[in-house]
Amino acid sequence: MKSKLLYILAALSGMLIALPEPAFAMHISEGILPLGWALTWYLVAALFVGWGLIIIKQRLLRFPQYKPLLGLMGAAVFVISCLPIPVPIVGSCSHPCGTGLAAILIGPLASIVVAAVALLIQALFLAHGGLSTLGGNILSMGVAGSLAGWFTYIGLKRLKVPMAVAAFIAGCMADWATYATTAAELALGLADPGGAGKLFSAICMAFAPTQIPLGILEGFITMGVVVFVKNRRPEILDLSLTCHKTAGVSA
Amino acid sequence: MKRFIMLCLIAASCFFLMAPVLSPAAEKSWDGVDVLVVEKYAEAAGRPAREPYINTDQGDLLLFVFAMAGVIGGFTMGYYWRDLFGSKASAVSCLSKK
Repeated sequence: MKSKLLYILAALSGMLIALPEPAFAMHISEGILPLGWALTWYLVAALFVGWGLIIIKQRLLRFPQYKPLLGLMGAAVFVISCLPIPVPIVGSCSHPCGTGLAAILIGPLASIVVAAVALLIQALFLAHGGLSTLGGNILSMGVAGSLAGWFTYIGLKRLKVPMAVAAFIAGCMADWATYATTAAELALGLADPGGAGKLFSAICMAFAPTQIPLGILEGFITMGVVVFVKNRRPEILDLSLTCHKTAGVSA
Repeated sequence: MKRFIMLCLIAASCFFLMAPVLSPAAEKSWDGVDVLVVEKYAEAAGRPAREPYINTDQGDLLLFVFAMAGVIGGFTMGYYWRDLFGSKASAVSCLSKK
């Protein structure tokens, strides 16, 4: 009876946390970036998305079982990055990214592609981000988040750090790398000549009170999911690594 | 482990639900960091955000769109979750198909 009650309470709590609510967070809104920078970020993002699409195609041909994992993580990144979370100590909201977790489970390049799709839908229909700033947002959330999460996880695993700790730190790093990249894009696009460094520091400092606790929360989410997958279906964690080795890709 | 995760989930939701009470800035509107940080610096630099090309931020339309996004995203996650974790027999096994 006690355990049943705990299940019901946990389910209700999960629903309350996951209730969607309109609010905006990290994405750079429409029209903020100057045209030159917007095009530059589009170009850089397009290279990674193109590479990611090739990798996904190869993996789907070789591992048909990769498809449900890709679908699950695509939906997860979309939902997680739509989810505003209040940070009580600051009185503001922001959202986790989910790209660190996606990079661990489906690989960093595939994670970039699912982030790009999620960001495109958000820019088109959810007034979240923007079409002109889509390249910049893909670069920060997709590319920086995925690569930071992946390299942190793989690096720590090679150093024999326990999987749960590696996943936790990877989740934190993915979140913070995303916001650091957003700060860099804003600083480069908005600062007067020579003032980008100062503006970058100022924006990072402004992000910090909200993003430090949120990054830690994202670390716990990543750790929880990776530990769950390890206990329930450890071969899924091997899939990403196996696919990388067989595809001859180093990152 | 399961019990621990469930207790963490309950504690986390209590913490976030208490947010308006716990916040020292309870009178604030819980703006996202895009408003508090991104748009603040953009406006200061003379490049304020403009309306999205498809502006769903009108009345309750945005609530509807976000609710639909949550439902569709949640359904998709559940669909593939069942494939992957639903039962041992139907779950994906990378190694068995290599």
